[in-house]
Amino acid sequence: MQALDAFRADTRAWLEANCPPAMRTPMPAEEAVSGGKNATFANPDSKVWFDRMVARGWTAPVWPKEYGGGGLSKDEGMVLEEEMKALGCRAPLGGMGLSMLGPVLLEYGTEEQKQQHLTKIIRGEIRWCQGYSEPGAGSDLAGLQTRAVLQGDHFLVNGHKIWTSNAHYADWIFCLVRTDPTVKKHDGISFLLIDMADPGVRPRPIRLISGYSVFCETFIENVRVPKDNLIGEMNKGWTIAKRLLEHERKSIGGIGERGAKSREKPIPDMAKQHVGEVGGQIADFVLRDRVASHAMDAHAFSLTRRRAAEEAESGAPPGPLSAMFKYYATELNKRRYEAVLAAGGTQQLGWEGDDFSDDEIRLGREWLRSKANTIEGGTSEVQLNIIAKRVLGLPD
Amino acid sequence: MPMILNSDTKMVRETAHDYFREKSPILAFRKLRDSQDADGFSRPLWREMAELGWTGFLVPEDHGGSGFGHLGLGQVMEAAGRTLAATPLLGSALIGAVAIDLGGSEAQKSAHFPGLVAGETIFALALEEGAHHAPYRIATTAKKAGAGWVLDGAKQFVLDGHIADTLIVVARTSGGPRERGGITLFLVAGDATGVARRRSIMVDSRNAARITLSGVSVGADAVLGVVDGGADLLDTILDRARAGLAAEMLGSSAEVFERTVQYLKDRKQFGVPIGSFQALKHRAAHMYCEVEATRSAVTAALDALDGNANDASLLVALAKAKACSTARLTGDEGIQMHGGIGMTDEVDIGFFLKRARVAEATFGDVAFHRDRYAALSGY
Repeated sequence: MQALDAFRADTRAWLEANCPPAMRTPMPAEEAVSGGKNATFANPDSKVWFDRMVARGWTAPVWPKEYGGGGLSKDEGMVLEEEMKALGCRAPLGGMGLSMLGPVLLEYGTEEQKQQHLTKIIRGEIRWCQGYSEPGAGSDLAGLQTRAVLQGDHFLVNGHKIWTSNAHYADWIFCLVRTDPTVKKHDGISFLLIDMADPGVRPRPIRLISGYSVFCETFIENVRVPKDNLIGEMNKGWTIAKRLLEHERKSIGGIGERGAKSREKPIPDMAKQHVGEVGGQIADFVLRDRVASHAMDAHAFSLTRRRAAEEAESGAPPGPLSAMFKYYATELNKRRYEAVLAAGGTQQLGWEGDDFSDDEIRLGREWLRSKANTIEGGTSEVQLNIIAKRVLGLPD
Repeated sequence: MPMILNSDTKMVRETAHDYFREKSPILAFRKLRDSQDADGFSRPLWREMAELGWTGFLVPEDHGGSGFGHLGLGQVMEAAGRTLAATPLLGSALIGAVAIDLGGSEAQKSAHFPGLVAGETIFALALEEGAHHAPYRIATTAKKAGAGWVLDGAKQFVLDGHIADTLIVVARTSGGPRERGGITLFLVAGDATGVARRRSIMVDSRNAARITLSGVSVGADAVLGVVDGGADLLDTILDRARAGLAAEMLGSSAEVFERTVQYLKDRKQFGVPIGSFQALKHRAAHMYCEVEATRSAVTAALDALDGNANDASLLVALAKAKACSTARLTGDEGIQMHGGIGMTDEVDIGFFLKRARVAEATFGDVAFHRDRYAALSGY
């Protein structure tokens, strides 16, 4: 305990000395750092902060030191997280390498694979994207058709991936591929890492209803992938795929709470601004009721997250509670943006131009973006199936 | 602020669950209803509950209680909610104890705590005067008469009112009919001259009464707390009662939910368990989420009350609102998923729906507490 207190004091002192003041403010989406060969730093202080954290291995605080991680214990990692939160420090680096692939490599990768990839993820040298969904394989992910045929020391890969987030900026893609089409669909899938420098890998951005193009479809044509890039055993990729999805859902499941603490004007204030107030209350009582209804469910959910965290800390076996997080958080996030729109009226429906503030336009786009929350990473319906099966034990 | 129970509280929880399952299953409640029991609860069982210490959980140690607190009593109430046990827990162990503890003089404490802790005296809060929970809408008057007071007015939906030994009467000593100021609480003997009581038969078959006060004379020592400033005490009592009631409702909702999931596994149609149908699975999974979110809110509220936290009232509003909306969800879905059999009196599931709706209307429904949450949040 004493050692942990000392670590906390040291950490706080280091953060105070090394985290630039600009990095202690809420992060606009365009200033997020994702690394990779095309890395950009919209804010110069992001680079300073990134370099300092990389040097300590604190972009991946609990990953082993031998790969460039921080080598912190779980408890120390939590202390660092708490201290960063207390100071309002931004994440120095984001991306799917850190949040999804890395944890899976640590669990399933060979020593050579860990050495080849983890350091580059930690140092932000390689940006990863996710090759899971296909035009014909959405919720039925295991129905994927991208083929990988083993030919001596390499696989020959052909296929078509979709919803590959930021594939046009990424350097490598982790892919689910079919290596055996003759067996039950879950039993013929492998987990393969592909270098996107190969001209046969062609990402094409997709324009979305929000006007943004964060997703791509990615065509893979006659790409030769070294056999060493296979993670885990051949045809056993579905287990790894599911484990990675757990990491993905955990990161999406945090949306509701993060959203609630973001930098824009609180929803009640927006409502007061646009409909006025009576005795300090939002003048439109139906709107007020709606705003409160969302706030209360968000509050109850954040208490539930805390309860689950405390249960986990107390050493109890992982409870069933976490199964509800992705579903509940994403449904709440959609409701949050609906409340924003209800509060803002037509002023919140601007698409572009000087009639609307940057925040208004961004929130309007985010409202549209939020509709994907309950689709990506397993739809709400898939999440409810999972709860029904694993938590409630309802029959197939 | 911990969200998980320590070992003492866990033990209370287990004891309470075992006790109600064994001694007061739903069958016991059904018998009380069918026999039109005059008390509406079992006095022998109530004395046993007192022996288990539950009546003293909110009574300080120097007055014979244990001061174990709201989180502890909440576990008992949740367990009672599971079997729909009809007990004076809410009116006496919770409201009675809190009112005397926080509003009572030393003399009042010495007079009232022993009977309360022993499970011998029953308390009832005579508050409501209309069909909707409105704590400050008080027309019942208390007028100074010599050293004492004379009370006149009509109360309704007084829980345990027809059997209470002591009524906690909310009366107006000054101010207009909806003003927060000018409210005073009085301790009045249930059989005092001028008190007329009539039991109301409610949809949930639990105790409630209409009480008329006609020129009821009480002494100066009947005042509980401060003259004209009773609203603060009343608010505190109500918050604690709401949190306890939310715990009871959580227990009922969890029970309906579990019974319904079991039914989905057992009931076959088209040759398969109906729980294999996605249309029902999704709704069952959604119920799970709502029950768990409610559990978090209720636990946080009870714990905040024990710690006198600044946000206790906000958390209570959240807990009662969530408990109400979840009870409505589980009540309606419980019936729907049970199908026709759920409409019969023979199957217990309908009891939960009926109890939930009365509990919802008790001390503020979803709309009331959403309004309160918004007001406490500054909008």
